[in-house]
Amino acid sequence: MKTIQTNKITEMIKEMCIEANYFLTEDMKHRLDASYTEETDPLGRQILSILQDNLKIAGEEMIPICQDTGMTVIFMEIGQDVHFEGGDLNAAIQEGVRQGYEEGYLRKSVVKDPIERVNTGDNTPAVIHYEIVPGDKVTITVAPKGFGSENMSRIFMLKPADGIEGVKNAILTAVKDAGPNACPPMVIGVGIGGTFEKAAILSKKALTRNVEERSDKEWVKALETEMLEKINALSIGPAGLGGHTTAFAVNIETYATHIAGLPVAVNICCHVNRHSKRSL
Amino acid sequence: MEKHIQTPITQDLAVTLQAGDMVYISGTIYSARDAAHKRMFEALKKGESLPIPLTDNVIYYLGPSPAREGRPIGSAGPTTSGRMDKYTPQLLDKGLRGMIGKGKRTEAIKEAMIRNKAVYFAAIGGAGALLSKCITASEVIAYENLGTEAIRKLEVKDLPAIVVMDANGNCLYQ
Repeated sequence: MKTIQTNKITEMIKEMCIEANYFLTEDMKHRLDASYTEETDPLGRQILSILQDNLKIAGEEMIPICQDTGMTVIFMEIGQDVHFEGGDLNAAIQEGVRQGYEEGYLRKSVVKDPIERVNTGDNTPAVIHYEIVPGDKVTITVAPKGFGSENMSRIFMLKPADGIEGVKNAILTAVKDAGPNACPPMVIGVGIGGTFEKAAILSKKALTRNVEERSDKEWVKALETEMLEKINALSIGPAGLGGHTTAFAVNIETYATHIAGLPVAVNICCHVNRHSKRSL
Repeated sequence: MEKHIQTPITQDLAVTLQAGDMVYISGTIYSARDAAHKRMFEALKKGESLPIPLTDNVIYYLGPSPAREGRPIGSAGPTTSGRMDKYTPQLLDKGLRGMIGKGKRTEAIKEAMIRNKAVYFAAIGGAGALLSKCITASEVIAYENLGTEAIRKLEVKDLPAIVVMDANGNCLYQ
C-alpha cells in the first residue's frame, strides 16, 4: 500500500497543464521537423516553417503555442494499492487545473452550461477519466484539447458487415470533412470496438500515444500505415492550403465489441497535439 | 503574390486582392468571436448601434490567451470562422470589409462577400505565439464581461495571412 497526499496531485496537475501548453513532446516536434523536409509543396513548406518558428517562440518567450489552450482532459491510471490522503481527489485535480490555467496565463475556455454559456473563469471543470490498474503507481496524462479540431471529430456506429473497408471510409470521411477547420497537419486518434462511449474514449487516448510508434497488433499497424498514406494523398496539406502533409500520424486503439456492432470513433487533433504524462 | 496592406480596406483595394495572395496586414483591426457576434447580431435585431465601426474594417476571429506583464496580448491565433457564419452576412451588409479566421465558409457568406466586395483571409491556425508578435497594442472596447470573447481593438504590424476567398467569389480551399 502506498499513501499519496492529494495536494501532491494538485501540484503535478498544475505543472502539467502549463508544460503541455508551452512545449510539445519530442515525437511531435520530430514529426513536424521531418514533415518540413519531406513536404514538396512550396506554400505547404512555408506554413510548416512558420509552425516550427511558432513552437520555438512559444518555448523561448513563454507564449502558449495556441491561444486555444483547450478543455483539459485528464487520464488517471490509479494502482489499486494506492491510498489517497488529504481530501477529495477529484477536487484536488480540479484545483490543479484552476491553478495551472491562472499561473500559466492560459485561456479560460470553459462555460458552465452548454446552453446558458457563462464562462467558469478558471477553465474548470476538466474532463477526467479514471482507470484502476494493478500495482501502487499513479500515472497521470494531462491532454488539453482545442475545439477547432474537436468539433470535427465523429463517431460512426457501423455494421459488422461493413468490415475494415467501412472503417477506412469512416476515417477518410471524417478527415475530408475536417479539412482546413481542424488546423492540419492533424493527428488522427481512432477507437474501434467497445460501445458508443468506449470507442470515443479510446480515440481520445490514442491521441496521447507516441506519434512515431505503430500499434503492436499486425492488422492495426497495417491500417495505421495505410490510412496515413491515404490521408496524405487528399492534398489538404498544412493549414488546408495544399500539400501532402495533411496528417502526422493515425493512432488506432481497439477493444472487444458486441456481435451486432462495429463502433468507430475518429477524434481529430490539430498539429498542436498536447499532452504531458507523469507517474508517481 | 505578396502584398502589404493597410487597414481600413477600401472597396477599391479589396477588389485587387485575389485568392492565393499572401498578405501582411497593418493598422487597426477588431477581435470578435462567437459570443460577441451573437451580441452584435441581437443588437442589430433590436435596432441598436454596434460597439465597433464596420465600414471598411476588418474583424479577426480571435479569443487570445491572457497577456503577461508588459506584453500587449497573449497567444493570438485565429479560431474557426464557420461558427460566425450565422451572424456574418448582416455585418457584411453593414459595411464589414474583411474577416481573418480559418476554415471553410458557407455559400451564404460567399454571396454576401461578392455583394459587398469583401475579403476573407486565413491566418495560420495554431500559430498563436508567432501571430501574437504582430500585435503591438490591444484594448478591450466592448462586452468586457465576456472575458477572452470581449471585443478588442488591436493594432497589428505585418500580420501574415492568405486570401482564401476574394471579392469575386474565388476560393482557395478545395
